[in-house]
Amino acid sequence: MIQFDAVHKRFPNGTTAVHDLSLEVPEGGVTVLVGSSGCGKTTTLRMINRMVEPTSGTIRVGGKDVTRQDAADLRRSIGYVIQQSGLFPHRTVLDNIATVPLLLGWSRRRARARAAELLETVGLAADAGKRYPHQLSGGQQQRVGVARALAADPPVLLMDEPFGAVDPVVRTQLQDELLRLQKELNKTIVFVTHDVDEAVRLGDQIAIFRTGGHLVQCASPTELLARPADDFVADFLGAERGLKLLSLRTLADVPKGPAPEGGDWSLVLDAADKPLHWASKDTEIPVRPLKDDDSLLSALNESIASPTGLIARVDADGVLTGVSSRDDIHRHAGQAHTEARVAA
Amino acid sequence: MTIDWSWIGDHTDDLTTLTISHLQAALTAVFLGVLISLPLAVIAHRVRPLRGFLLGVSNVLFTIPSIAVFVLLLPVSGLTRTTTVIGLTIYTLVVLLRNTVEGLDSVPVKAKEAAKAMGTRPLRTLLTVEFPLALPVIMAGVRIATVMSISLVSVATYIGDGGLGQLFTDGFQRNFPTPVIVGVVLTLLLAVVADAALVALQYVLTPWRRRRA
Repeated sequence: MIQFDAVHKRFPNGTTAVHDLSLEVPEGGVTVLVGSSGCGKTTTLRMINRMVEPTSGTIRVGGKDVTRQDAADLRRSIGYVIQQSGLFPHRTVLDNIATVPLLLGWSRRRARARAAELLETVGLAADAGKRYPHQLSGGQQQRVGVARALAADPPVLLMDEPFGAVDPVVRTQLQDELLRLQKELNKTIVFVTHDVDEAVRLGDQIAIFRTGGHLVQCASPTELLARPADDFVADFLGAERGLKLLSLRTLADVPKGPAPEGGDWSLVLDAADKPLHWASKDTEIPVRPLKDDDSLLSALNESIASPTGLIARVDADGVLTGVSSRDDIHRHAGQAHTEARVAA
Repeated sequence: MTIDWSWIGDHTDDLTTLTISHLQAALTAVFLGVLISLPLAVIAHRVRPLRGFLLGVSNVLFTIPSIAVFVLLLPVSGLTRTTTVIGLTIYTLVVLLRNTVEGLDSVPVKAKEAAKAMGTRPLRTLLTVEFPLALPVIMAGVRIATVMSISLVSVATYIGDGGLGQLFTDGFQRNFPTPVIVGVVLTLLLAVVADAALVALQYVLTPWRRRRA
């Protein structure tokens, strides 16, 4: 969908921002460009919609060389979410979202109707439409930024550290929201961040850059975490990369057995077979049941944190389906790593 | 110093005519000043090397004594309203140009970047993003230029124009204070009313600045 072919960018002051980059961004997937500041990831992103022109090499979007197209037309066909939202302070939320449709010549009415529809898509109340950006919270502004990028339904979305300026809780919400949207919309997304966890969470493919604009490794998160190409990548992914890999696996394949009876701890259920708490001879502790689509990492965490060493497994309705032990989880976590190394 | 109220009563028609003429001269000058400043400010904003030059010229023009300006213009436009307006316009430039350049400088880079990245062409960005966001600073300049012009119109009395300024020469020549006092009061009133009107205009033009959350 987007191809970089031997792309080089050198700025007039002599610094090389991107060095001989060849990269393929597959259609309908999220490709995350990650690296520390000054590694060329944002420059790479901005060359796609010609906010920056490459010094040499070619970039194709949908097979067409971007430099052969009118820059403004090209940009209207590509959604762009900027750092810290970049909303127009003098336009209402609705008019901000309607920007590209209006540039494309839609009638004001149709553009506003589309904008109102998108407010809902990104999880904002309808009355937010009449407000001005400064009247919204940081997280809400970021949602408007996403809505604005989606307004003309472009096949490609460029996101430049879109969630960099919001607090961790809101950030997680926005990431969840993006994953949900992406399931529905299937856009080709290029996402820039310096946060490894965000990259692992969102990326179908992660491209790691090193200072000087070198692409070091481009692979799926699992492959990257299981087999980093070199020490730089391994360092960048951090000491807990083994655990990060577990965040990509679910609990589904971990065996479960019946709830223990006669041991130190027993699981107390309500009338509908939903876990209430763990009980021993003289005490009760709360239970944190996990579903099959919860991550292996959260299961590992729970198995260590809970004195029972047991995980109560439930279905979507919260009804008990079985119990897994600390050993089950550990064995499976090790297995996940072995599999990832072999597959990669 | 006593005011001869009956003189005022006898001359309401004259006073109205002079007030309107006074205001007309000032507003025309500000209007033309804005028309000239906008494109020059865009050039000064975008072409850095020209910025100092353009602002410098507007400063130098401002330092020419007003009588000299009128004298210099006499061969060109004679003893007419045109001379008055050209002279006043020249003086408005110093404020209008500087404020418009500063207004354009104050537009958040993010907003301009976003406009470009959405596919807005430069002229449209200028008209729909940069000017609106520069408006508060530009309007501050327009207010100063307007008040300044209203007070300066009187100087054109030297060339037989000057709106309410004529009341000053009249009173001075006859050693009769009433017209002078009336002239001063009306000039002040005009300035206050015009300024209030501009504040109202700005309020209408910048709805996004009304309710600061």
